[in-house]
Amino acid sequence: MMNPWLVTGLSVLYIGVLFLLAWQSKRWKFFSRPEVRAWIYPLSMGVYCTAWTFYGSVGKASRDGLEFLAVFIGPTLTAPLWWIVLRKMIRISQVQRTSTIADFISSRYGKSVSVASIVTLMCFLGIIPYIALQLKAISESFNLITGGGLGSGKNDFFHNTALYVALFMAAFTILFGARKTENYEKHNGIVVAVAFESVIKLLAFLTAGIVLIYGIFGGLSPLFTSAMEFPEVRKNLVLPEQGGMGEWFWVSSLSALSIILLPRQFLLAVVENDEEQHVRNAMWVFPTYLFLINLFVLPLAIAGMLTFQAGTVDPDYFILQLPLHFNMPALAILVFIGGISAATSMIIVETMALSTMFTNHLLFPVLVGVESIKDRIAPHVSAIGLWSRRLAIIAVLALSYLYYLNLNKVYSLVSIGLISFVSVAQFGPALLGGIFWKKGTRAGALSGILTGFTFWIYTLMLPTIVSHYDWGKEWMDYGLFGQAWLRPNSLLGLEGFSPVAHGFFWSLLFNLLAYIVVSLNTDQDVLEKNQSEVFVDIFQYSAVYERTVVLKGKASLPDLEGLLSRFFGEERSRQVIRLFARKHQIEISDPGVPADHRIIAYTERLLAGVMGSASARMMVSSIVAEEEIRLDEVVQILKESQQILSTNRELVRKSSELKSALEELASANFRLKQHDHLKDDFLSTVTHELRTPITSIRAFTEILFDNPDIEMEDRQHYLGIVIKETERLSRLISQVLDLERYESGRQKLSLTRITPKELVQDAMEAMDQLYREKGVQIRLELDSETTELVCDQDKILQVLLNLLSNALKFVEKDLGWIVIRGKKTEDAYHWEVEDNGKGISKEYQELIFEKFFQAQNQLTRKPKGTGLGLAICRRILELHGGTISVSSQPGKGSLFSFVLPDWNGAKDSNYLENPTETK
Amino acid sequence: MNQTSKVLIVDDEPNILLSLDLLMRKEGHEVFIARNGIEALEILESKVPDLVLLDIMMPDVDGYQICRYIKSTERLKHARVLFLSAKGKETDIRIGMEMGADAYMTKPFSTRALGLKVKELLLLDLRP
Repeated sequence: MMNPWLVTGLSVLYIGVLFLLAWQSKRWKFFSRPEVRAWIYPLSMGVYCTAWTFYGSVGKASRDGLEFLAVFIGPTLTAPLWWIVLRKMIRISQVQRTSTIADFISSRYGKSVSVASIVTLMCFLGIIPYIALQLKAISESFNLITGGGLGSGKNDFFHNTALYVALFMAAFTILFGARKTENYEKHNGIVVAVAFESVIKLLAFLTAGIVLIYGIFGGLSPLFTSAMEFPEVRKNLVLPEQGGMGEWFWVSSLSALSIILLPRQFLLAVVENDEEQHVRNAMWVFPTYLFLINLFVLPLAIAGMLTFQAGTVDPDYFILQLPLHFNMPALAILVFIGGISAATSMIIVETMALSTMFTNHLLFPVLVGVESIKDRIAPHVSAIGLWSRRLAIIAVLALSYLYYLNLNKVYSLVSIGLISFVSVAQFGPALLGGIFWKKGTRAGALSGILTGFTFWIYTLMLPTIVSHYDWGKEWMDYGLFGQAWLRPNSLLGLEGFSPVAHGFFWSLLFNLLAYIVVSLNTDQDVLEKNQSEVFVDIFQYSAVYERTVVLKGKASLPDLEGLLSRFFGEERSRQVIRLFARKHQIEISDPGVPADHRIIAYTERLLAGVMGSASARMMVSSIVAEEEIRLDEVVQILKESQQILSTNRELVRKSSELKSALEELASANFRLKQHDHLKDDFLSTVTHELRTPITSIRAFTEILFDNPDIEMEDRQHYLGIVIKETERLSRLISQVLDLERYESGRQKLSLTRITPKELVQDAMEAMDQLYREKGVQIRLELDSETTELVCDQDKILQVLLNLLSNALKFVEKDLGWIVIRGKKTEDAYHWEVEDNGKGISKEYQELIFEKFFQAQNQLTRKPKGTGLGLAICRRILELHGGTISVSSQPGKGSLFSFVLPDWNGAKDSNYLENPTETK
Repeated sequence: MNQTSKVLIVDDEPNILLSLDLLMRKEGHEVFIARNGIEALEILESKVPDLVLLDIMMPDVDGYQICRYIKSTERLKHARVLFLSAKGKETDIRIGMEMGADAYMTKPFSTRALGLKVKELLLLDLRP
């Protein structure tokens, strides 16, 4: 028996540590490390284990054997589903900025105020008893450890303990849960504190287990061996009669639902999650935690039964009584602190959740809904919210205390807890249905929840309150109005179930039926339809959420800013809107234009953080002149946003494809160009070719004209260019006209007789100067140079000159040589012009005789020719009945050859102008 | 208003290239020369011109391609493109503008007209 002041002092110290953690942890680097945060999340979910787990499980084990495990089997078995279910809830919650479970459910069903308030009321009714039992656990454990009696004797002291505890918890919770105005901001400090408490209670339990079992009883096997010797102990180690396997099934299912639906679980597992990947961690860490904390429950129960006479000690508190009995004060204190941890974390988190729900879903809708109040409260909304939460915290704890005072001793810690579980299980169909079934309607949800709740009250809640009254007892034994089938613990004659399993079964059955049937028979309004789409398909929509919100109302931007500034201040509101507009590229410069609907949606979301979505909706709709929007429009808009997403992805892919395609284009283009060029209209090509020298002529002439101060040297240079280009132009014009004549067949040959020698001499005269300049060697190998050829002298000279000047262009300076050959055959004269120039590749050999083609290397300058020369040559030879061709290898020079048929005795006069004699 | 602009001149006619070079340097601009499309692309890899005087008919990589490349590259797309081409039919001009060019002048051009056009295009470039 320890000094009450010592115990109190230690408790306060412990609470002080918690305080410190909650307050300062955000500053400590340790808690921002991702590995640490990944552990904090699942450990914070350990708030599931309350004083019920800590104390109650041992008690239950001593009465019903292994059945205590059912409550932990449920979450363990369904943990693998969390990746789908929990993650979806987290994503939805983040996108919609929900802060409580009531908010979440109401948001799904069209941000309905009625749904939110019903859920809130139910939470109050269901959870307050649960909080009460924590108060009970704290005060009883305190009394035990300090020697106060177990109840009846020291009435005042008993009551006072619980009262002080309640007051203290209220103060602590207010300090941590009701400080900030924006309750969607995460309460990271609280999460850390709760995780810490989870660790402490686990440690306490394990330590007690190890020390007691191994220290006192010598280990597990000796313990079990001793247990077997006591029949009353032995019988409890087998599966109990009541309910049997069925009981396991129902309780497991119940707990599987509760792990998500309890307000404290929802708050920590969904709202306070900051990284979806943590869910993966939780999926194995949490079941492990459950396993560890339950490890010694049964052994401790056995130990208790072995140590204490039946009925002398409340088995719920074996874990505390044992160290006290064996004189281990340190262990007793540790256990006590562990129990405090278990109880306080539950109280804090549940109370916070309840106070938020009260403020957002009961108080604000009323305030905002009444016109006269709404405008007056607007500037004070944050303060009102804050004070409301504080008062609600006090109210919750007060109510819990009152309930505790009336707690019937018949109900152990475990059964009260289970009854609470059944109450929140009623949210199951509406919530789970809501996130997987688009057809679930608000009417369906309300029907389901209310039906389930009615059954819950009838079968579970009322019995706990009224069973110690006579009329209560009568009601329970004989049913309402004496109707046996209306007995609260065996409705419709269903026997053999524990009250909890029984109540759970009926309430959930009718809940689910009502939900489905009513949903199938009612329609959704526009907002519900929108929300159901977004909720069920959240993973598709969360990226483009802004586009999915369907509001067709018109509001002016100043109005929206005004609304926001009432809550966030003028400057900040404007900034926030501006940032949003910039991010989504919305034009906001013109105040006359109605605000983009995305801004309206954003405003609503911001407000939802302060007052819950339903109230926010109401505030925004009061300033938005809404238009009717059709259901199919809603679906259309949503589908469009999906379309945008996939189009986006397409675009990104396409543009990177485009870039690589562009690089390929250059090389592919060259091959095309040849043929493209040929297909060009002759006329346009000619005009282009003519305009090019004219351009230079004009440009330089104008430059010289406009700039009298150009240096003499440059002037000469430029004038030289003008002259050259003029010549080029003339040449080109002649050739074009020539070619045109050839093409149209108007060209006539003017035949003369001339010897090869003379032809070559004429050619050499013209080229001599140029060849000398370039240092090119000429060699002649003329055969029968004095035979007479009948041909158009000028034209054949033209051919020779063309070939010779081409050769000149392509040979290297000083190293080049050209050979002119002539060879007579029986009916023709074969000419050859060979050079050692750069040669012509196979591809070009065909093309060079085409009009305007110029064989060129990309990196060389454009050759000075016109590109028409060889084309004309070919025409000339054709007219003579001859041919021209080339053979060449790149780098090895070229060999042009043309054949001049013998015209002696020519008959065809079509080509002849006037046959003349030899020159 | 007289900041030095960077002008890229692309033409496969050396004499035209020379005349344009003279005209641009006289206005005080910094000039880059490309004798064909490939050289132009090479220059564009490292320089961002304010203005490009672009011939169209060139071997291998023609002016249209250069224009499209410039206008579709984030880094370069603010450059003004002025097509200078002997192709002067209405359809040619339309095609050129559709390629994204900012202006189109036919050859032979008046040096005065060119000068004015260049000034106009470079003025547009001055951002506040």
